[in-house]
Amino acid sequence: MTSAIPARPVSPDLEQDTTPGVGPGGPSDKKAAAQYSDRVRAERRLGWMLAGPAFIVMLAVTLYPILQAIYESLFQFRLTAPGEREFIGLGNYLVILTDNVWWKDLGVTLLITVITVAIELVLGFALALVMHKALKAVRGPLRTAILVPYGIITVVSAFAWFYAFDINSGYVNSWFAWLPGIDSDLNWFAQGPTALFVIMASEIWKTTPFISLLLLAGLAQVPDELTEAAKVDGATWWEQMRKVIIPNMKAAIMVAVLFRALDAFRIFDNVFIMTNGAYGTEVLSLLAYRQSISRLEIGLGSAVSVLLFLCVLIICFIAIKLFKVDLAGAQGGK
Amino acid sequence: MPTRKRNSARNRSRAGTVASVLAGTLLMSGCGPADGTETLTWYINPDAGGQADIAERCTEEAGGAYRIETSLLPSDAASQREQLARRLAAGDSSLDIMSLDPPFIPELAEPGFLAPVPDDVAESTTQNVVEGALAGATWKDELVTIPFWANTQILWYRKSVAEAAGLDMSKPVTWDQLMDVAAEQDKYLGVQGAQAESMTVWVNALVESGGESIIVDPEAPSDEIELALQSPAGLEAARIVSTIGKDGLGGPGLATQNENTSMINFQGDNGSFMVNWPFVWPATNGAVEAGTLDAGLIEDIGWGLYPQVAEGEDSAPPLGGINLGVGAASDNPELAYEAIECIVSPENQAEYFVTNGNPPANTEAYEDPKIEEAFPMADTIRQSLEQSAPRPQTPFYNEVSTGIQQTWAPPASVDPEGTPEESTEFIISVLRGEQLL
Repeated sequence: MTSAIPARPVSPDLEQDTTPGVGPGGPSDKKAAAQYSDRVRAERRLGWMLAGPAFIVMLAVTLYPILQAIYESLFQFRLTAPGEREFIGLGNYLVILTDNVWWKDLGVTLLITVITVAIELVLGFALALVMHKALKAVRGPLRTAILVPYGIITVVSAFAWFYAFDINSGYVNSWFAWLPGIDSDLNWFAQGPTALFVIMASEIWKTTPFISLLLLAGLAQVPDELTEAAKVDGATWWEQMRKVIIPNMKAAIMVAVLFRALDAFRIFDNVFIMTNGAYGTEVLSLLAYRQSISRLEIGLGSAVSVLLFLCVLIICFIAIKLFKVDLAGAQGGK
Repeated sequence: MPTRKRNSARNRSRAGTVASVLAGTLLMSGCGPADGTETLTWYINPDAGGQADIAERCTEEAGGAYRIETSLLPSDAASQREQLARRLAAGDSSLDIMSLDPPFIPELAEPGFLAPVPDDVAESTTQNVVEGALAGATWKDELVTIPFWANTQILWYRKSVAEAAGLDMSKPVTWDQLMDVAAEQDKYLGVQGAQAESMTVWVNALVESGGESIIVDPEAPSDEIELALQSPAGLEAARIVSTIGKDGLGGPGLATQNENTSMINFQGDNGSFMVNWPFVWPATNGAVEAGTLDAGLIEDIGWGLYPQVAEGEDSAPPLGGINLGVGAASDNPELAYEAIECIVSPENQAEYFVTNGNPPANTEAYEDPKIEEAFPMADTIRQSLEQSAPRPQTPFYNEVSTGIQQTWAPPASVDPEGTPEESTEFIISVLRGEQLL
């Protein structure tokens, strides 16, 4: 898991790369290359040979479908009417962006993203602290136990949550009947708010471990000397947290938030299994699925997918530019 | 350095072994025994093993002319359609025989995805087939698939509840009578209110029972389709769905209730009347045998024809079932149709009914004495099939059905005046490509 947070670069060529003006592809690239020693050049070649196949596979399985989807999104094209394919430019986008359904689904998706990520961040941080502070003897089993939900296939966990809350087979209604608003007649999946509650609870239960592991890695990178110095200066626990620990792991927190936000924004399995988008729980991925897979409207579906992709890019942009998330140097103190 | 070289050589030979093992597995899975027998693939919907049995029987009877292998499709009709439509559009030659849900047939027939039915096969397999099933197998006056089994919903009821309410079940009852009894006896009416295909089945049966069809001209192109949801029959359907939803007659789980959950509620203490497919009978008997349900329950279950909308006017019960089609890209369409002739024989249909609970499309099969024994309601089912009406047959069925589901579920939100209009406008604008679904 910690591989998501690479260690500080130490190899000599990388150090050289970060000097101004000699970035790869820059105007002075050629001149810089001439300065490299044989060893550096050999290492670079090895690097390309190692990464090359993966790079080509990535191009084939991600770039090609993305370009294909952009191309298809300009047509009115139904899979079961191949003869009626017609170029309509941005017509599909116009239909989607002027339709309430798109904006409603975008709202539901954003709501799920914001709420789940916020709660996961708080819970994940608490779990990371527990794991960080746990005695050596229980550390291994504890980390494993916390990771279990993340290891379960989403469809399986979605079914488990569905059956737990289902009005016919579920036990939640009888166990929690003492809470106001819950009784044996509550049909959780019959209206948006309660259905979204179950979907989000399941999502939070399942992915909090992921965020807590990222945060644990961040916690481990806060130098002990700093916390010790703060303690000596008489800082309370809260002050240590606020002034020393959190600022020092800001990069780790931002990476965790970005990764989870992107994941949560593309939520599909939980909604598909529990409500199939019924009663105001439809999310954008499901909308794309409904157009391309159920309706076989390849053009319209591709346009929804392209818009979904643009939304993800915007989230990345906001995180990286506005919040200055540094994906490469996600360790404390940067 | 020499060590590294040796290591890499060893790694390479190991990689070679892995590759050849992999290639071997692929080859083995790719071709069957080389005895010259043609293999036909039959894509089946999940059942209790009946289609696999028939495939085996027909393979034996063929005496080496062909061998039928079954391949399982997803469990719900919508996912089956998704998989078949994409494979057909891609020209998959493995689609020799397909078990198809009738509402989706026009969509596959219109672009020519189905191989034409040879005249002799059409003649031999359509004798004595119930009218509704035959209509479902036809597109633009041409037989495009072969009816295999035909399904229909009947009214199931608890004799104790009907008796307590003093309802005479010897003659057809109306929806209004059922709603009154459910309210009076404080029991749940078994209908399917989930936002799913079962909602369309219900609405269609109500509209058809009122003497109208949801789509006025099913063969019209997408931008000229007209709906009859705002007709008196449509409004009456909305009134029934809305009353059941708003008065809580379907129980608290109505908004997510499908065929299976409504059966479970019917078997419970609150069960009263339920419209559902015949699978209820073997499922309930099985549960009693397994000891999960009380043995007295079987005695308490009665059946009759689908409820009427207007008193004295025959109802139009829902029609389902499975037809068999052959993919246009199949390598062996003639052989596939030969196999289909074997599969749909009245003996196989009767056997399939007895073992799997799926009623024959061929009336001749009902003569089999085994059927009367296993399904005491076989006569009711047969009559229901004769009266039944198919769902709208149009290449745009998915749009129409999903549009109905999104506007008519949950039943409690249906407005007897507003919903038919809202539903019509929504479906029409989706069909014209002006709105997302």
